[in-house]
Formats: sequence, structure tokens, C-alpha cells
Amino acid sequence: MDKLHFSRRSLLGLLGGAATVPLLGPVAGRSLIGEAFAADAGTLTIAYNVNLPTFDPTVGASAVNPTIQSLYQAIFDPYIAQNPDLSFKPGLLTKWGWNGDRTKIEMEVRDGATWHNGDPVTAEDVVWSLERAGNEKTGNPIQFVWSKAGNYKIDGNKITGDVLSFEPTFFKWMAFLTGYVLPKKYYESVGAEGFEKKPVGSGPYMVDEFQQDAFLRLKANPKYWGGKPAYDTVVFKFVPDATSRVAEVESGQSDITLEIPYEEFDRLKKKGFTGYATPISDIGMIFINDIDPMLDKNVRLAANYAIDKKAIVDKLLRGYGVPIDTLEAPGYAAYDPSIKIPYDPKLATELLAKSGYSPKKPVKFTIQTTRGFKPKDYEMIQAIVGMWRKVGIDATIEVYEIAKHYELRAADKLAPAAFYNWGNAIGDPSTSTGFAMFGPSPHSVWDGKDLIDMIGPLWGEPDEAKRIAGYKAVAKHIAEEGEVIPLLQYVQPIIARKGISLTPQANGMLLPQTVKPS
Amino acid sequence: MEKGAVIRRLLLVPPTLFGVAVVVFVLLRVVPGDPISMMIPPGASQADIDRLRALYGLDLSIFDQFIVWLKAAVLGDFGISISRRQEVLTLILNRLPATLELVLLATLVAILLGMGLAMVGAYFRRRAPEWLVDGWVAVTIAIPDFLWGLLFILVFGVLWPVLPISGRIDPGLGAQFGTGFYLIESLLTGRWPVVGDLLQHAVLPAIALALPLASIVTRVFKASLGEAELQDYAQIARARGYTRGRVLFREAMPNAAIATVNLAGVQLTFLIGGTVLVERIFSYEGIGNMAVDAMINRDLPLIQGLVLTFAVLFIALNLAIDLVTRWLDPRLQHA
Repeated sequence: MDKLHFSRRSLLGLLGGAATVPLLGPVAGRSLIGEAFAADAGTLTIAYNVNLPTFDPTVGASAVNPTIQSLYQAIFDPYIAQNPDLSFKPGLLTKWGWNGDRTKIEMEVRDGATWHNGDPVTAEDVVWSLERAGNEKTGNPIQFVWSKAGNYKIDGNKITGDVLSFEPTFFKWMAFLTGYVLPKKYYESVGAEGFEKKPVGSGPYMVDEFQQDAFLRLKANPKYWGGKPAYDTVVFKFVPDATSRVAEVESGQSDITLEIPYEEFDRLKKKGFTGYATPISDIGMIFINDIDPMLDKNVRLAANYAIDKKAIVDKLLRGYGVPIDTLEAPGYAAYDPSIKIPYDPKLATELLAKSGYSPKKPVKFTIQTTRGFKPKDYEMIQAIVGMWRKVGIDATIEVYEIAKHYELRAADKLAPAAFYNWGNAIGDPSTSTGFAMFGPSPHSVWDGKDLIDMIGPLWGEPDEAKRIAGYKAVAKHIAEEGEVIPLLQYVQPIIARKGISLTPQANGMLLPQTVKPS
Repeated sequence: MEKGAVIRRLLLVPPTLFGVAVVVFVLLRVVPGDPISMMIPPGASQADIDRLRALYGLDLSIFDQFIVWLKAAVLGDFGISISRRQEVLTLILNRLPATLELVLLATLVAILLGMGLAMVGAYFRRRAPEWLVDGWVAVTIAIPDFLWGLLFILVFGVLWPVLPISGRIDPGLGAQFGTGFYLIESLLTGRWPVVGDLLQHAVLPAIALALPLASIVTRVFKASLGEAELQDYAQIARARGYTRGRVLFREAMPNAAIATVNLAGVQLTFLIGGTVLVERIFSYEGIGNMAVDAMINRDLPLIQGLVLTFAVLFIALNLAIDLVTRWLDPRLQHA
């Protein structure tokens, strides 16, 4: 047999010959693309907007990423569950609360719940999860909340613990970020690495296959205490690009997607897709940093009164938004509909005139904004700057990335005005008005003593009614002083193909266990 | 290329990578965007923030951080990803095969398409097919790869839905692999349904990546063929009665291919850079897609590792192109 000889000339000849292949491409290629996309009736495919970085929902940066919680809540059970309207309902805990003098917490663990590996969910699992979350060495970002209770004692399925430092939102956090129960026995036997490879939860779905950055395939948990979910298989395809998500649904390759441009949402609805547009616990706002001209109350109030929020929602967001007047959106515990900041450009002009400003001699400052981080963020600020110009405010727009916003805010170095979106999935005023406006908080750039004095005593207020009333008073004070500019509550667009229905959640989650064939 | 020249090139690799590492490390830490600021939840105190900063070693000076990183990197430890809490090296090694397969496929498409069109254009010089080829080149060179990607999604995903538009493999296929090189592994083991599925997923991103490179290949190869056809050896061949096609494809093409390989090699580095956006658009699980996430999350260790990986790829590619070019052109071996 001749020995295979591979010379320069033969290689170049081969290249030349191969170069003719594209001419045959249209014929040869047909065999590859002939197969149609078959939809499996028992499979729900969701084109999801973010990747899942890690499975452990209690540690690391992803644990505090609200967008990922939908995935976690499909696999793991929170201590306490949430209704679609943000109210709380039993999860793995069926009862919870403080004792009379707020020195102890009391919890009762659900009977009959099991882990995906068949082990029963026990009170030991709950206590281990709480103690692990409160241990700063485990890297739980909300450790400062979980560490406020300890010395747990178990009696059957009842748990009591000592309140080490009263935290009014302790139980509310049990429904959200890092508030998940993990299996003690399994986790300790496989370790952190083993858990990442084969996660076990007690939620409605079990992990079947995971390819990071590609997809997560889940199988229904037939023994779920809340009943077997409607779909046997759920596939989360990670499609971070919004245009590609639209195409996924439109082409029938995915059944549902979310967070798409409102224009596309309307277009797909017209084509027969089912659209869900629900106000969620995420608001758009403008931080006011009490520096330079923002020390002048007239300027702050004028900046508030000069903004026509309804026009912004109607014209820029195609009606998908709810104008708000405080940092407490409808549905939040301290929402007070009586607090109003009217659109009144005449009043804004008068207020500015009192401080010596007019359209011809405007007050000048910088407003920072993201561009493309939230729907129409930059366009909204452009519109606001236009409205301000008419009353005597000349604001210069500075675009920054969201990472820079976080850095500047933590260092209290934001511009006099800075656009941001604030999420508050537990709907508590401490996690919105409290942290956003309390001077010593690293999230606040308003350093005024007025709010430190008003909010300070509310952190540990044991009387819930008094605490909520206190926050309503804070919200009223902020509106009267113009210390922040609340803009709108966001509306989350979810689009689904015909034949399936789902229950939208005000906390912004897209839970596959709520999706059913219709 | 002589052995000595190869060794000299290889000796330059460590200082080049060191330079890249220094520049990237410093740049990442001076540009705005603190990863800790992004992960602090409402309610975190300054002490909580300081604790997190110390946990990720970001409380040290940039110089100290670099020394710590360098000492570990020399031993193959590139740190732990902040957002994914896994070893950077493992993450990259898991994703790199996907990108390499995509780049390989795109290169193949670019060369075949580019050279094929060039030959058509050269053969039909000053006739309609050449004008069509020139027009095609003008269009494809002007449109960037990611726009081709979006266009393909619209055409082949929505208007005429015949191809998958996201991912690398059908999630329902349940195929198991021993390596990250799914396509190559499936080809070698003869799993044709899996090969078909992988090709269906890769074909759109690969063509989107390939088109700009293909247009350059077409332009250069067609021009080179034209020049070679005018050389004495080609004229003599014609005088001896060889057909034009034979002269063009048998005599002129080998010489014309040398310049094309050289230029295509340089352009290939741009193709690798293009994977970042194209992988993102097609939700393809390669290092380009991961790089975007790493940037969004300000995952400093992962960004650092990814940039170094791209640097290694570029260096290796340039070296390989030099070797291939010299092998194809004997004159360069004695240069």
C-alpha cells in the first residue's frame, strides 16, 4: 500500500477542491435543517434572562440577585412563602412569630415535606440552615439579619430561638434573599462542591440536568407537599439577549419569556400571544444627594413638581408603569395613597423664583443615569431634563454604568441627582425608604439629620403598627421636603404562547410551578 | 520556521502574558465598578461591606493583590470567580472547547466560502458572476458579525423557523460527553444524531462569525489569483495549451493561497474577538458569553482569567500561522 504523502502542493490542492463545496451547500445543507421543532406537551420551556451562576441559594453574589430567585424557588423551598400580592403564606414553616415581649422567636415546621432524595424535611434542617446563614464564615450576604437570632431549641417540629437583637423584618427575609432551607444531612455528606454538582432541595422541581450558561432542565417533584406541578419537565434556557428571547418565543422554540421591550410585548400580543403586564416590587427613582443646589428645599420641590410622571409612563413606557409619589409602591406595607406630589410646573416655577432661578437664569446641576439598564431609563431622564428646563432647571446628563452607581452611592459621591431602580420584594418600608434614605446606610446619599432622627428609632421598633405608621410619617416628610424623586413602579412584561396560563408575581419572579396548560 | 526561531517565539510568551496580566489587573481595578458594592444587600453596614471586601481580598493594595494573584497563577491557580464561586481555571477550561469548536467551524466556513467565491470571481473575470461576487464582498465586509447574527435569528428563527437560535445543544437530547469538545467527540464516536443537532445549533453563529472573514478571504484570494495568472509560469502554461481553468486552479492557486492564508490568519484573531457578541446573541455557552457576564458582574478574577485565555489564543494562533505560512512557502524557510 502506498504511504500517505501529505505535501504542500497536495494541501493547497485540497484547499482548492474544498473551496468548491459551498457551491453545493444549498443541496448538502438541506439534510441538516429539515427537522421541525417539535413541542413536547409535557415540557415547559422558558427563555430566561439571566444565567444561574451557582446552586447554593444562600451564599455568594448570586444569592442576592433578585432575578435568579425564580430558579431557586423552583428547586428550594423558602422558610416562608409569598402570595402573588407580596403577602406571606406558609412555606416549610407553617407557623412563625415572636413571643409577647419579642425576646424569642417561635416556628413550626411542616409535616410531610421531603427532600428530593426522599429524606424528610426536619426541624434540624431548619435550625442548621438558620445557623449556617448566621455564621459569617459561610459567606451569606444577609448574615447580618440571620445572626440576630440564635440558641435554637427543637421540640418535635417546633423550634424556639432567642432574639439576640430585635430585627422587625427577620421573618420577612425568610421569604426572600437567602431565605431557603437546605438539607443538613445531605449537604454535610457531599460538601459544598458535591452540592453544586447535585443539588437537593424540597421544592416543586428537581434538578435533572444543568449546563451552565446554556440550560437548566428540571423534573417535577411527584412528592411535593404543595402538589405535583402541572408540567413534568421545565427547561430554563438562558438567553440573556432580549431580542433573542423575543425570537425564541415567536419561533415557538420557547413557551414563555420575560423582560422584553414593551414594543415587542405589544406586537406579540397582537399576534395572538398571551401577555401579562404586572406591576412589580421594583421602582424607578431619582436619588437626591444633599449637596450643592440640593440643599435648597425650593430646588428639590421644584424638581419634583416639574415632572409629569403620567406622560412619561404613557408616552415612553406605552402605559406600562404606575406613577408613584413615595418610595412605597402600592402593595407595600407602608404605602399611603394620601401622599401626593402633583405635577405642577407653575408651582415649580414659583418655588425656583423664590430662590432666584428662572428659565433664563436656571439652577444648574448634574443628573446621572444608566442607559439601557432598565427600560427607557436614559430616555426618561432626557424627558425629565426637558421638563425641568421649562421651569428653570438646567441639568446635565451624565451616563454611568450600574456598577459605577453602586460604587458612588456606597461612597456617598453621587451627583446631586441620580437615577436608579430600587427593588423591594418583601414590601417592607425598612428595605425601601429605610435603607434608601437613612444617612448612615451605605445605600443612602441623603445625610440629613431630620431623617436620621425619624428613621433611627424605627429600626428596632417592636410594635409593628407603630413602625409602619412611623414609616408613613417618614414618607410624608420626604414628600413635603422633596428629599427624593419617586418616579414609577415598573411593570414586568411576560409573554406566553397560546394554551398556557400563569400567575404573575408582584415580587417579579416567574415561577414555573404556577404555569399550567389552559 | 527554524527550531531556534520557534524557541525564540516561545520564550517571548511568558513576558507577553505577564505584560497582559499587569495591564489588565491594574485597569480592572482603576476603572469604576466595585464588585463588592454590587453585592451588598439593603441593610448591610460598613462593617459588613468591609468583611466582604476582606473575604475577596479586595482590602489589599493593588500591588499586594497582584502579587497574591501572580504567586497563585504561576502554580495554575487563577482564583475563585466572585459570581460563580468556582475555580476560574475550571470554568474557563469547561467553556473553552465550545468557543474553539465554534471558531474552527467559522474558520472552515470562511475559508471554503471565501475561496470558493474568489475562484468563481477570478474565473469569470469582467463578467456578471465577478460583479456579483464583488457586490457580495462589499456587503458582507460592511456588516459586522453580530448584525449578521441578529439577521439570521430573524430570518431562520422567526420568519422561516428551521434552525435553533440559542444554545449549543437541544436540552431534551440528554447526550452525555466525556470532554467539552462535543462536536469533535460526537464525530469521532459516530453519534450522528448528536452531530446533526450540534451542527444545527452552531451553523448560524458560525456563519455570522465567518461572513466578514470570508469576504476578506474572497477579496485577497481573488486579487492574488489575478496576479498569479499574469506571471510567466502561468502564461507559459497557457501557451502550451492548458485551459484557463487548469492554469487558474492548478498553477496559479498554490501561490495565491500563501498570501491568503497569511492574511486570513491575522483576521482570524478578530474572529475570536467576535465570539464575545455572537455567543451572547445566540446564548452559546462559550467563553465569549461568559466574558460578558463576568464584565456585568465585575467578576475580577474571571475577567482576568478570560483576558489571559484570549491572549494565549492569539499568541498560539499567530505562531501557528507563521509556521503554516513558512511551510507553504519554501522561500520563507530560508529568510
